[in-house]
Amino acid sequence: MSESSQKKIDRPTSPHLQVYRLPLTALMSITHRATGVVLILGTLLVAAFLISAATSEPIYNMVMFAAGSKFGKIILLLWTAALYFHMCNGIRHLVWDTGALLEKGAAMRTNYIVLMFAFVLTAATWACAYLF
Amino acid sequence: MSKHSDSKFINPLRKAKGLGSAHHGTESWMAMKVTAIANVPLLMWLMYSIVKMHGASHGEFTAWLANPVNAVLMILVIVFAFYHAVLGAQEIVEDYIHCKCLKMVKLIGQKLFFVGLGVACIFSVLKIALAG
Repeated sequence: MSESSQKKIDRPTSPHLQVYRLPLTALMSITHRATGVVLILGTLLVAAFLISAATSEPIYNMVMFAAGSKFGKIILLLWTAALYFHMCNGIRHLVWDTGALLEKGAAMRTNYIVLMFAFVLTAATWACAYLF
Repeated sequence: MSKHSDSKFINPLRKAKGLGSAHHGTESWMAMKVTAIANVPLLMWLMYSIVKMHGASHGEFTAWLANPVNAVLMILVIVFAFYHAVLGAQEIVEDYIHCKCLKMVKLIGQKLFFVGLGVACIFSVLKIALAG
């Protein structure tokens, strides 16, 4: 074995996350995973509503009171946004699975479409909840 | 040469079934896609329902959930969303946790957790729906 192959080469692998500015497509990818984690935690919210409703009225009222508080609303807004982002980007993943829209330009354009749909759906949901 | 030595010990059936180094096939990938497709309409229904029912009293909420259509759809949400969550959580653990024993503890733990939470949610829906 040659000497050079035994020497430990201490250099970053590429693309090195600390110095590499992630393009939007990569940011969307990691956000898909991050929103997935948010939604995993969000299953606890759904469980809290259902289990409390089945348990008793006072406990259901407590959960509803917490959900209606300022902090509760922020959590619910984040959950809504995470759900719509994950759903829209997930649909793009399903399209990608067919082999379509994988080119760099198409991937970049659909980034904005996914973001726009996620934003509009989140805004529309909260507007409907408060206006109607 | 290596091709011959491989095929000597590895049954071609293994290749045909798509079993690679992970020792399992494409089932979990497929399950991810199927649950994703199911989740799109189910979660749109859930969001619509939350908007419609937000701020509902205990009586209003249980009366709504006692409707068979709503009860069945809610159970489907729990089954498909939780299954999708388990698969996603598994993917994240497989990617980021490299200590083998810790990985097993996490994988088994989160499966048991989601099964437990899912059964609790489904039981809650049934309790409300069947109580009338």
